[in-house]
Amino acid sequence: MDARLEDPVAAQMAAQPGEAAHSRRQNLWWRLASIALFFGAWEIAGRVPINLAFPTFSATVAAFFEMVGDGTMLKAYGLTLQPLIVGIVLSAVIGVSTGVAMGLRKSVEWMVAPVFIVLQAAPVAAVIPMVTFVYGIGLTAKVISVCLLALPVIVLNSYKAVANVNPSLVAMCRSFLGSPWQQIVKIILPDASPVIFAGLRLGIGAGFVGIILAELLITPTGIGDLITYHRAVANYAHMYAAIASIIAFSALTLSGLQWVEENWVRPEKRGS
Amino acid sequence: MVAVTKLRAADRHGEHMASLESIISVRGINKVYPGQVHALKDVDLDFPAGALTTLLGPSGCGKTTLLKIIAGLLEPNTGDVLVKGRKVTAPGPERAFVFQDFALLPWATVLRNVGFGLELRGMAETKRNEIARRYIDQVGLSGFEDKYPHELSGGMRQRVGLARALAVDADVLLLDEPFSAVDEQNRRKFQEDLLRLREIERKTFIFVTHSIEEAVYLSDRIVLLSRRPGRVSQVITPQIDRSGSPEEIRRDRAYLDTVEEIWQGLRQFVD
Amino acid sequence: MTLFGYRLPMMSSLVVWCLIWEIVGRLELVLLFPPFSGVLAALVELVQSPKFLAATWTTITTFCIGMALAIACGVALGVLMGRVRAAENLLGMWVNVFASAPLSALVPVLMILFGMGEKTIIVSVFLFAVWIIALDTQAGVKHITPSLIEMARSFGARRFDIYAKIILWAALPEILAGIRLGFIRGVKGVVIGQLLVSIIGYGELFELYSRTFLMEEFWALTIVLFAFALLVAHLVGLLEKRVEYYAGVRQ
Repeated sequence: MDARLEDPVAAQMAAQPGEAAHSRRQNLWWRLASIALFFGAWEIAGRVPINLAFPTFSATVAAFFEMVGDGTMLKAYGLTLQPLIVGIVLSAVIGVSTGVAMGLRKSVEWMVAPVFIVLQAAPVAAVIPMVTFVYGIGLTAKVISVCLLALPVIVLNSYKAVANVNPSLVAMCRSFLGSPWQQIVKIILPDASPVIFAGLRLGIGAGFVGIILAELLITPTGIGDLITYHRAVANYAHMYAAIASIIAFSALTLSGLQWVEENWVRPEKRGS
Repeated sequence: MVAVTKLRAADRHGEHMASLESIISVRGINKVYPGQVHALKDVDLDFPAGALTTLLGPSGCGKTTLLKIIAGLLEPNTGDVLVKGRKVTAPGPERAFVFQDFALLPWATVLRNVGFGLELRGMAETKRNEIARRYIDQVGLSGFEDKYPHELSGGMRQRVGLARALAVDADVLLLDEPFSAVDEQNRRKFQEDLLRLREIERKTFIFVTHSIEEAVYLSDRIVLLSRRPGRVSQVITPQIDRSGSPEEIRRDRAYLDTVEEIWQGLRQFVD
Repeated sequence: MTLFGYRLPMMSSLVVWCLIWEIVGRLELVLLFPPFSGVLAALVELVQSPKFLAATWTTITTFCIGMALAIACGVALGVLMGRVRAAENLLGMWVNVFASAPLSALVPVLMILFGMGEKTIIVSVFLFAVWIIALDTQAGVKHITPSLIEMARSFGARRFDIYAKIILWAALPEILAGIRLGFIRGVKGVVIGQLLVSIIGYGELFELYSRTFLMEEFWALTIVLFAFALLVAHLVGLLEKRVEYYAGVRQ
C-alpha cells in the first residue's frame, strides 16, 4: 500500500516503524540533547536580550509554574479543551464516515470531494471571524471553528485511504467468496485504518489551530485569553508560557496518540 | 476462428491426458482492456482434472488475465468459463487463488490469514483454526502461527498464501506467478514442495509463470501463449520421469529437450 | 462519475453547490449565507475598488518575500538534515513539532517582536511554510539511491558538485512537493497573519466587513482568497508534473 498522500507528514506518521531497544536508548540521548539545544538557545537569546519583549526560557518556565500554581492555567485549559474535544469528536465521526463513503461510492465522491479539496487548500481561517460574529461567543462558534479546520483533512485522508486500498487484498477477498459487506469490514477498513488514523491526528492538529484562532480573533477565552491578556499588560513571560504550553500540549497530544495507535491498535507494528 | 493448437510434443509421446476429463474449460475467450488493448483473443482450452497445467508466455501475453478470468476476478468480453460443465462468472468455492504478491492481511497472524477463506464462509473460530493449523503444518510453517506477515521471508509468505488456498479445499488451485517475488533458493524449495503436495492433495493446478524451466519441471501440460493479443500457440505435454531426485530431473534428457523445444517456440516472440 | 452516459468532470459538482448556496441564501435559512448571486455582484465591485487593489498588492508582496525566504531556508535545512545525522537528530524533532503545531498562537508574539506591519506578515508566511519544505526536502535527500552519489564520486566529482549536480536534482520531486504544500500553508499564513494583525491588507478589509456585517463583500473577498490559494497550488502542481518523470524513474 503506497498511497501518495497529500501531506507527507501523514505518510511519515503512517509508516514509522518502532525501533529496537538499543537505538531507543540512543534516541533518548539525542532527544535530550535536542531539547537542551533549543531551550539553551532560547535562554541565551532572552539574556542578550534580542528584544525587550523576549523573555528568557527560565523566566517563561517560572511564569508557567506560577500560572499552574494559582490555577489560571488549569481553568484556561478547561475552557479551551471543551469546544476542542466536542469539535474533534464531531469532525472525526462525520469526517471518517464521509470520507469512507466517498471512497466507496463514485457518486458521493463526485458530489463531496471538490468541496473538501477546496477547503483543504484554502485559508478557511478567514471565515472564523464571521462565524464568531454570527454564532456569538459561545460554544457553538468555537466548535464550528474547530470543525472547519479539522474536517477537510480527516475527510480527504479517509477518502484517499479507502480509494487506495490494496486492490490485491480486495481481489483476494472476492476470490475467497467474501460478501461486499465482509469486503468493507474485513479488508477495506483495516487496510485503510493507518491512513485514516494519520488523518485523524492531522485533524486534531488542525483543530488546535481552529480553537486558538477562535479564541484569539474575537472572544478571548481560555488560552487565547491568557495570551491576549498578558500581552496587553506586557507580562511577556506569562504570554510566552501560555503560547509554549499550548504548542507543547498539541505536540504531546499528537505523539501520544501515535504511540497509542502503534502499541494498542496495530498489533502487527509492535516489536517490529 | 479457431486457436491453432499444435500438440507436437503430445504427438511424439502419445497423448495420455485425453483419457482424463476436463474440470475447467474456457471457450472463445476475448478480453479487451479499455484503450483497445487486446489482451486475449479466441482462447479455447481444456484443463484436465488432477493435472498441473502451466500457462507460459512472454510478459504481457495475457496469461495472468486468463487466470483471473478463470478465477472469476475479471470478466471476459466474450466467451465462457465452464467449471465441471457449468458456466461461471464469479469466484466459486471450487476454485482457490494464490496471488503473485501473496495478498496477505498485514494486520492478521499467519493463523488467521490461513483460515481467512474459511472465516469469510462463516466457519466457527475453533474449527477453522484447527483446519488452518493442519495446512500450516503441511506447508512447513509450524511454529509460525502467531507471527505477522512482515516477520516472514518472501518464501514463507507465499507458503501462507498457498496454505490459505489449500484450506478452503477447492478442487482447482490457481497460482499466479507464485514464485516471482521469492528468491531463487526458496523458489526451488517451493517447487519441490509443490510437486510433493500434488501427490498428497490430488487437486487440479493451473499455474502461471514466465520461467520455462519452472514450467517444464512442474507441469503435466504446458500451454504456450503468443504475444499480445494472447492466443494459444502450442500445447506441450512433457514426458518427464519425476521419480528421481530434483537434481536428476533437472539433468534428465527429456527435461532438457523440452526446455529447448519451448525456447525455440517462444523465441519468435522475443524482440 | 457518469450521469445518463455523460462523464461529469471532477470539479463540476461545485456548480451544484453554488446553486444550493443560492437557494439557501434566497430562503434565508442560515444567517451566514447571503444569496450567491449577491456575492458575485459584490465580487465584481470589489475587484475594482482601489482599496482591494492596494490590499492585494500588500498581500502578494509579503507572501512572495516570505515564501522566497521559506524556500531558501527550508531547502537548506532539509538538505542539512538529510545529509548530516547529527543535524537530523538535533533538529528533526523541532521541525516535526513546528510542522504540525498550531503556529497561529505565535502570531501575537510576532506582532510584538516585528510590529503591526508587513514584517509580521512576512514572518508568519515564513514560519507557516518553512517546516514542511524542510521535512519534504529531507525525505527526498534521504531517499536518493546511494549508487547515484557513488557514481558521481567514482567519476571524481567534488563535494560541491555532488550537492549541486546530484543531490538537489535527485531530490527535486520531493522538494517540489514540499514547496507546493509550503505554498498552501503560506497562503494560510498570510491570511491568518493579516486577520490577527487586522490593520493591513485583506485583514483590514475582513475586519471592516465582519464588523459592519457586510456578508456579501465578506464572501466575495473569501472567494478571491480561496481562488488565489487554489491557483497557487495548481501552478506549483503543474511545475511538479514536469519533473514527475524523475520520481517515476526512481521507483
